[in-house]
Amino acid sequence: MSYTSKFTRISPKKQYRHIGEDRQRFDASDIVTGKAMFLNDFKMDDLLYAKALRSPHAHARIVKIDISKAEAFPGVHRVLYYGNIPEACKGWGLSTPPAVPILRDKAAYVGDAVALVAAETEQIAEEACDLIEIEYEVLPAVFSTVEAVKPDAPRVHDAFESNILPNVPFMTEHMMDHLVRGDVEKAFAECDHVVEGEGEYNSLGSPMAMEAPGVIMKLEQGRLKAWATTQVAMLYGPSTGVRMQGFPVDTTAFNIGGGFGNKASMQTTTMYTALLAMSTHRPVKMNLTKTEQLLVHDERIGMYMKGKVGIKDGLIHAVKGICYLDCGAYNDCGQWQMGVGLGETQVALGKCQNWDIEGKLVMTNHVQTGAVRGFGGQEIKAVLMPLVMRAVTDMGVDPVEFCARNFAQQGDGWYWRSDYKWYNCREQDYAPVMYKAAEAFGWKDKYKGWLKPTRVEGNKAVGVGVSVHGNADVGEDTAEAYVRFEASGLVYLHAGIAETGAGQRSNIRKYVAEVFDIPVEKVILAPLNSEANPFDAGPIGSRCTITLGTAVTRAAEDCRRQILDAAAKAFFCSPEDLFFKEGFVFYKSRPTQPHHIFEFSHFGSSYTGTGRWTSDYSKSNFNIYFSEVEVDLDTGATKLLKVLVGTDVGQVIDPLTLEMQIHGGFGAAAADSGLFEGNVLDTTTGHIMTGNMIDYKWRTFDDFPDIEAIVEETQPEISRFKATGFGEISGAPGPASMMMAISNAIGVDYCEYPASREGILKALGKL
Amino acid sequence: MSRQVSMTINGKKEVFSIGHSGARWEIPDEETLSLTLRERLNLTGTKEACGQGACGCCTVLMNNRAVPSCQILTADCDGADIVTIEGLQDPDTGELDPIQKLFIEKYAFQCGFCTPGIIMALKGLFIKNPTPSRAEVAEALSGNQCRCISQYHVLDAADALAELNAAATNA
Repeated sequence: MSYTSKFTRISPKKQYRHIGEDRQRFDASDIVTGKAMFLNDFKMDDLLYAKALRSPHAHARIVKIDISKAEAFPGVHRVLYYGNIPEACKGWGLSTPPAVPILRDKAAYVGDAVALVAAETEQIAEEACDLIEIEYEVLPAVFSTVEAVKPDAPRVHDAFESNILPNVPFMTEHMMDHLVRGDVEKAFAECDHVVEGEGEYNSLGSPMAMEAPGVIMKLEQGRLKAWATTQVAMLYGPSTGVRMQGFPVDTTAFNIGGGFGNKASMQTTTMYTALLAMSTHRPVKMNLTKTEQLLVHDERIGMYMKGKVGIKDGLIHAVKGICYLDCGAYNDCGQWQMGVGLGETQVALGKCQNWDIEGKLVMTNHVQTGAVRGFGGQEIKAVLMPLVMRAVTDMGVDPVEFCARNFAQQGDGWYWRSDYKWYNCREQDYAPVMYKAAEAFGWKDKYKGWLKPTRVEGNKAVGVGVSVHGNADVGEDTAEAYVRFEASGLVYLHAGIAETGAGQRSNIRKYVAEVFDIPVEKVILAPLNSEANPFDAGPIGSRCTITLGTAVTRAAEDCRRQILDAAAKAFFCSPEDLFFKEGFVFYKSRPTQPHHIFEFSHFGSSYTGTGRWTSDYSKSNFNIYFSEVEVDLDTGATKLLKVLVGTDVGQVIDPLTLEMQIHGGFGAAAADSGLFEGNVLDTTTGHIMTGNMIDYKWRTFDDFPDIEAIVEETQPEISRFKATGFGEISGAPGPASMMMAISNAIGVDYCEYPASREGILKALGKL
Repeated sequence: MSRQVSMTINGKKEVFSIGHSGARWEIPDEETLSLTLRERLNLTGTKEACGQGACGCCTVLMNNRAVPSCQILTADCDGADIVTIEGLQDPDTGELDPIQKLFIEKYAFQCGFCTPGIIMALKGLFIKNPTPSRAEVAEALSGNQCRCISQYHVLDAADALAELNAAATNA
């Protein structure tokens, strides 16, 4: 292996000072010297440390519990269980809707917290957990959604009458749980070919960010102050408050040691820390170990789908199905993921006019799931696309040709996310870049037809596969920003964006620097906390490029306009006679004569502009993912040989950042959930067997295939700088693409996540 | 009974009392080097992620060998020469180590949580072998985890350093 990366911009345009050009991250030096601050580098006096006593049973009732020895242990400040929850917190709940009491006399999964301890040190808290005497009555448990929806299945929570969650509003929106368009039965009758099937993408993948989730909470002036590893510092308080009867939470975040969508609400860790902070009146910190991160932190939501797909004249004509989303023991944002996932199906299959897919959120007795990059879309597509491709290839249509003809273009549209709102797709045609990417990959030579290997050498068969992904939540939710110009010539940007690794905090400066025509180094970000910044939903769903980028651009334009207005008033001229550059105002007629702000403002004056973006789901981003997989026909072992990612991002913001976002499609339970990533759940005991970094498989430094990226920039009129965003979906079509590659390599239709040696040998008839 | 261990950390001599008497500044036998560095000396550039010796985040140099400091007891470091990420930068001029400079030039990090460990592991490799091949670097770093996927750019930075070293040797 040569571990190479090739990154090609098909049509780069030099049209901006910063955007599209590489700019060094402002925290680069801090990161390579170890000075960058993460939560665990932040010291706080008076801190107590929290640990949870966790259930060894997947489903059990607490018959007897005695906390007296733990309470008496030196250094212990508080031991909480269902019997002594502080009065103010008795209405707090877990899950969505938050109807499950935060602590109760039951455990709903192996690892569920049944008691909480706050102590002087982590070691004391751990010791105290061991001193809690507890007796359980073990109850029957259910681990699969298909079983859990049956009427006689064990009920995971008393709070819900069945294991199917009600589709309650998420925050203020009623999320889509049943996509209905056209007339599917009539449409199926018109189809040239119809296939039916079922599949599951449910391996409890853990993004396993390097930095484990951690939270500090402190009660201060009637509100909770949080210092947390959350990637959504502005959304953290509101989303947590819903589970705390609206209790106010202010949030500070530092550098985030990897997010992957998986460090948003951090539901249970957040709630347990808050509960202890409320009851001790001391700051309390709960920091998960790596094993806890793998076993009890939010995993990727599972997806089971039984469906039917019909094709007519080379286009998908009808889709019908039922989906069960496996929420585990506590749902975090399943309603939202379902709405987004159902939306995304209509992007990749944009020509289909007849739909009937129903989604149900199902509770099971394993660890809770939550937000993970892909967010409903990757999950449903991992099951739906192989089914679609079976129909396509039965018809003898080339998969790339099919993707190019079926992906949504301007004039198509979709219902997206919530409240059955229709969006007309605009400003997109991704077919050209699909063909260019296919050519760069050598698809025509490598693809020999459905279930035909590219080549076989001895016992090694190689196959190629392709899949596509697009997500319209690039325009998701509100983003606000303030931009303040000071007489020093520095511009202060108040934008609630975390740095999770994709360079967001550095790159967002480019929008401001571009508007003011100043170096990026002159743009300073306000510290990341909810007191100093307006709302932004954070770096999730590839959304920041359009949403916060636009809010910041508008704030900068507003600020610049105010400066020119003030100067024009003082100079008795029109603002149109002036321009702004390098921190000074100039007359257009005298472009070499700078005027300092002091010439038209008091020395204490500053100018603050505001900007806002509100949700718009009328455009998707795009990824076509080609993979070349080698299968050992004797052992069933798979090896990823080559990946090519093709995309049209509208306009590149920062080339090296984009290249690394594309690399980031490996790792974090994204593309690698195709071949090996996932937790292993023992469905006899309910224990996850992979709670360490040896048993949970991840891609090591010496196992990276060659990767190539083909990037188009077609300049859609969606914002001033015409950029679409990409990061979240860089690995999303990977798993489905790899299933096609394996199927083609072995000559048998195969789909199992992650691929297993046993499964492949079975498919080959060798087991 | 407490005993003393002394070691050099980033060129500075440090002496610790080891024992269980409960004295405030005493270090228990079971305290790991990563904990001593982070919590007692405030050298927080050394990150601790897994505590299992499996991720490489806590890598430091011990007598010029890259080691996971979460698997080493401070009590066992008597006489050792320890270098952490904070020890690479010139304390007077602020000049960065060539590896650090190349990490910036090649943008060889994303979230940066694993980066100090990767840099220290590379430092250990380059002390042993100033001109490793790309494959040798990849193998040497196979105990360093990065989930954002900075691997390709890290290998580019290491290649660049190997080239600089080769050019210096040939000059």
